[in-house]
Amino acid sequence: MASTSATDRQALVHAIATQHAADRGALMPVLHDVMDEFGHIAREDVVSIAAVLNLSVADVHGVVSFYKDFRTTPPPTHTVGLCRAEACQSVGAEALYADTRARASELGGDVEVHEVFCLGNCALGPSGTIDGRLHGRLSPERIEALTAGWGS
Amino acid sequence: MTTVYVPGDAAAVSVGADEVAAAFEAAGVSTVRNGSRGMLWLEPLVEVATSAGRVGFGNVAAGDVIELADLVSRQPQGDLLNHPKGIGLVAEHPWLVRQQRVSFARVGLVDPTSVSDYEAHGGWAGLRRALGMSPRAVVEEVTESGLRGRGGAGFPAGIKWKTVLETEADQKFVACNFDEGDSGTFADRMIVEGDPFTLVEGMTIAAHAVGASEGYVYVRSEYPHAVAALRRAIDTAFTHGFLGRDILGSGLTFDLHVRVGAGAYICGEESSMLDSLEGRRGEVRAKPPIPAVSGLFGRPTAVNNVLTLCAVPMILSDGGAAYAALGTGRSRGTQVFQLAGNIRHGGIVELPFGVTLGELVEDYGGGTLSGRPIRAVQVGGPLAAYLPPDQFGLPMDYEAFAEAGAMVGHGGIVVFDDTVDMARMARFAMEFCAAESCGKCTPCRIGSARGVETIDRIIAGHDVAANLVLLDDLCETLTKGSLCAMGGLTPMPVQSALRHWPEDFDRQPEGVES
Repeated sequence: MASTSATDRQALVHAIATQHAADRGALMPVLHDVMDEFGHIAREDVVSIAAVLNLSVADVHGVVSFYKDFRTTPPPTHTVGLCRAEACQSVGAEALYADTRARASELGGDVEVHEVFCLGNCALGPSGTIDGRLHGRLSPERIEALTAGWGS
Repeated sequence: MTTVYVPGDAAAVSVGADEVAAAFEAAGVSTVRNGSRGMLWLEPLVEVATSAGRVGFGNVAAGDVIELADLVSRQPQGDLLNHPKGIGLVAEHPWLVRQQRVSFARVGLVDPTSVSDYEAHGGWAGLRRALGMSPRAVVEEVTESGLRGRGGAGFPAGIKWKTVLETEADQKFVACNFDEGDSGTFADRMIVEGDPFTLVEGMTIAAHAVGASEGYVYVRSEYPHAVAALRRAIDTAFTHGFLGRDILGSGLTFDLHVRVGAGAYICGEESSMLDSLEGRRGEVRAKPPIPAVSGLFGRPTAVNNVLTLCAVPMILSDGGAAYAALGTGRSRGTQVFQLAGNIRHGGIVELPFGVTLGELVEDYGGGTLSGRPIRAVQVGGPLAAYLPPDQFGLPMDYEAFAEAGAMVGHGGIVVFDDTVDMARMARFAMEFCAAESCGKCTPCRIGSARGVETIDRIIAGHDVAANLVLLDDLCETLTKGSLCAMGGLTPMPVQSALRHWPEDFDRQPEGVES
């Protein structure tokens, strides 16, 4: 991924957009594929996608900026997403979120802890994702075990 | 060769089911990754097929597998039933026996990847019957069933379909709203992960009924397991002639696509979902026109929730009257209740409408997980009311709840113990609205931010009486002035908290004795 040159990247984004161009409402699938390929959607990607799908750059930018999943900068090495919605709050999610953020800032390095609102695991909260994997019944101890070795 | 079932459901996976399945495979025991039975506090719930039926083992960890694998190979009946993690025959478990599973009849039972298993358990019977009927007759059958939208609004499905059927157009669509973003809801996810062909069948029947040739399922990105299960089921259905051209020789053509959201709660609102499907920002549309007249790409579109569509195959196979025979008042059929939050026995309880809130939370749910007294329950999602235990006699019925200033919604129930601060929950409702508002209308976009600030002042004990008046005024503006339910219903949790727990808002500035 990191070794992809700018021209290669442009060609790949172009190919992704072209592959979906005939689909109805192609923009969301294209953006997802670019995210899967590169981990983020760069400014130049927006320009290429707009050209292929015959949209304005502003339209594509507007969509990218509307949805939380679409990043415009490269992702960190590790991510933790913790649910802060009601069901998880009822079993201590707010304290867990604060604790995990504090721990992550101590770790330093390339770790991001962000909030999510509901992972559909509301009977086994607090829930969260650690590097994309769903976990239930989280506690500070379990998060510590699951993130052992990060930041070192 | 004995079959061992280890749920592939995301909830089971979140507490180690994948590791358990891998350990069985390593021990030479092949597994079926079934859906979850909905007894989520027992996950991972492993089931072993025996001559007497499927025997269950709750909270199995990978470390238990070697011993279990040995039992599986030897099949000593007594040892299987008396194992410390054993829960006996799953089908006879009291929590399941007392339920009436209609939509969830196959979930946990069947192999979600097997189209023949689906057929062996009654699958495709509804579609076969529907294809022999006129579209109008199918719509009438659904109308007769009394089925109402399970996404929360409770609009009669038959009437919606009739509008789409009667609207002339060159192209019509069926769109399934699988953007299950409300906290306390997971039934859509579980039925799609555990029995995905039911949704495919329901949507195909809908397509025949309204005259659509193309369908879209809009799934939230937080549900990767469901996306995978659904995509696999759709591919299989195409291969076996249940989707595509000339379905089962009927002449019906129906193509079904999966589209994934990108982390915007508002896309669960149907018009935002349509905009997102069209490749735009998920902004709410003004109504009219309703989607049934002008929906996806401006064409008539039947937009239905997952559970609404999943009720359709049974309605067509057994008849609308059979479905309507269940329930109470104008709430017909069953509802898939979801017990969530601080609850001992969380999971899926499917019962006819009319069961009381207290029966669900206390009898099925077993009270709180923490063991402390229940203080509040939120029924119907983050935009719905909080209720105190003195309302536990309320029957789960759209109208009875509306009269009590609450809503059944999609039947998600979140339980809180006596440590909850209801002023904080009211603040969170406003905070959530501010974070997730699409920004199109001012009451929702600006009002929610002002709501957070006003409740912050109340919590800090600043000029409480005046700020409560202001908050009430703000709530009225949101209720009456917002374009959709996001802003329109955010006051519901706020005002219900104020109504039932005024003491939590009666704050003093720090350092002042009350």
